[in-house]
Amino acid sequence: MKRIVYREWRIPSTRYWGILGILAAVAGLGVLAFGYMEHHGHWITGMTNSVVWGVPHVFAVFLILAASGALNLASIGTVFHKSVYKPLGRLSGLLAVALLVGGLLVLVMDLGRPERLIVAITHHNFSSIFAWNILLYTGFIVIVIAYLWSMADRQGAPFIQPIGILALVWRLALTSATGAIFGFLVARQAYDAAILAPMFVVMSFAYGLAVFMLALLFAFHDEGRPLGPRILRRLSNLLGLFVAGVLYFTLIYHLTKLYGAKHDGLENWLLFNGGLQTFLFWVGWVLVGGLVPLGIIHHPDLGRDRNWIAAACALVILGGLATLYVVIIGSQVYPLQMFPGQTILESGFFDGVNGQAASYLPTIPEILLGLGGVAVALIVTVVGVRVLQFLPESLADEAIALDGEDMDQTALKSV
Amino acid sequence: MKDENPVIDPERRAFVGLAVGIGAALVAPGVILHQVAAAPRAEPVSGAVRWGLLIDTTKCVDGCSACVEACGRENGLDLQGRGETGSSDKWERQKAAWVRKVKLQDNQTGRIVNLPMMCQHCEHPPCVDVCPTGASFKRADGIVMVDRHLCIGCRYCMMACPYKARSFIHGEQSGQLTRAPRGKGCVESCDLCVQRRDQGEDSTACVDACVTAGHEAIVFGDLQDPASPIRQMLKELPNRQIREDLALNTGVRYAGV
Repeated sequence: MKRIVYREWRIPSTRYWGILGILAAVAGLGVLAFGYMEHHGHWITGMTNSVVWGVPHVFAVFLILAASGALNLASIGTVFHKSVYKPLGRLSGLLAVALLVGGLLVLVMDLGRPERLIVAITHHNFSSIFAWNILLYTGFIVIVIAYLWSMADRQGAPFIQPIGILALVWRLALTSATGAIFGFLVARQAYDAAILAPMFVVMSFAYGLAVFMLALLFAFHDEGRPLGPRILRRLSNLLGLFVAGVLYFTLIYHLTKLYGAKHDGLENWLLFNGGLQTFLFWVGWVLVGGLVPLGIIHHPDLGRDRNWIAAACALVILGGLATLYVVIIGSQVYPLQMFPGQTILESGFFDGVNGQAASYLPTIPEILLGLGGVAVALIVTVVGVRVLQFLPESLADEAIALDGEDMDQTALKSV
Repeated sequence: MKDENPVIDPERRAFVGLAVGIGAALVAPGVILHQVAAAPRAEPVSGAVRWGLLIDTTKCVDGCSACVEACGRENGLDLQGRGETGSSDKWERQKAAWVRKVKLQDNQTGRIVNLPMMCQHCEHPPCVDVCPTGASFKRADGIVMVDRHLCIGCRYCMMACPYKARSFIHGEQSGQLTRAPRGKGCVESCDLCVQRRDQGEDSTACVDACVTAGHEAIVFGDLQDPASPIRQMLKELPNRQIREDLALNTGVRYAGV
């Protein structure tokens, strides 16, 4: 029986405040960007009546996906009884809440009328996926906080299993609903595809795990806590599986769109002639976010080097942002197909004259707003691990339990 | 026995009577006039009618934008400030447009068609389905519009609309019309001149302008009334819905495309 000991993150206080200072500065810039956008209106962004969701949505959806994905580690430990993952549960829950808060903030601050958030809370149209998501997101935060309590508090221990199962089901519903925001839109050619819901689930697995692994590697390295190769191997193998899963879903999505003649125009544009979108698809989505990290993880030497593993995680994150850029913005710049078999020669409202895609150039406030959300998520995480016992003292090979090894309930408690 | 009450002062009685009379004379016309003015609006919108448009593209003329300009005047779209956008090109893509002219060419035959595109006032509008707060709604008479007090500016309806019919107000607005107020950060679109519906008028700004321009390419009317001119024309002219595949049962129909 091995006892897991959790401790606060004890890096030198100058370094801690330095990290917080940098993050607070980025978050502050995000707040300024929000104020600027809110004061002037969205004309200062690159968004138009053709591209209505811009870079803030890319960041927000990424953070929301990563949030539900980050919770996987806790689920694997408590719901699926993989003892080796149990010490990771608390950080997993903390990251899940932090990333979701960051993502939601970006989403809310990008609203045309953010001051009417109360309207969104008091008026629900239940045929809207968005309305469901408002409930799913807030419910997720409440459930994960309860989950953390059950993991950390002696009195909560009996509830860890039911809460863990509820959290797992809830996070799957949440991510499916996030995918359905896009998948259920019949109007756009790139959407109207049920596969987007499970694809978003797999994407969340990959992005959430990549963020989790980077946070873990950074926190343990910075404080000098032991992190054994066994757990790292397990995590990076899992990441490889999820990344391969994303590639598989991407393949099926495009094969489905390619099979009928209906979407030939879209596929031809996206895969070959879409300029930035084509580049982001092949280089960002497939290479940087897929094949390269897979190559690193399964390379006999690089796959054992933790710097390379960290690099693979960073690439999955970058590739994820590129993926969501293509999913969210690519589908909007590609013109709506209102008149199949006809070419639009002139239009008073930019309907894709001669099949031209709409233009979108993000402005600095949009990017700062998105980065501000990332900074808020990291601030919550850094403060959390600093003041509370989220991180296990050691993840050295000899300190972690093998799967199937029965652990005493008391071993779950912190000292 | 004489019933005399010395407490009653006849002068005061006369004064009260006069005051009541003057008061009633002042208030009554207001009340009555108000009721007269409010008559069409006082009745709830009825599902007995379904407003719609029929656009005969064979009559729609290349280069004419009378409908677009009339819509701008009626709904205050021509009052939109330029904003402080860097380029006029970007402003063109950011300003609100409820109706636009589109010129199409058939890939096979080369036949050219001109038509106005606006909100298609679907029976099953995707914008209403996706709106989280219910701000995007369909009236009983078939008009799809936005409640600007409930709109939070999430733009999900713009993502969902198959016709690109909706506009987001990207900047501060000034000099608005009381009949068509708009606010920064909300979404809006063609509402079939709903202010005219509520005043009991029987056409839209674009229809009137098209008639004035001598084209008569747009017909407005009640799609449910078998005797209405629009129903008669729909019966005679082969027509279709844009994106029929989505089965939205649009209230705007096109002939000649």
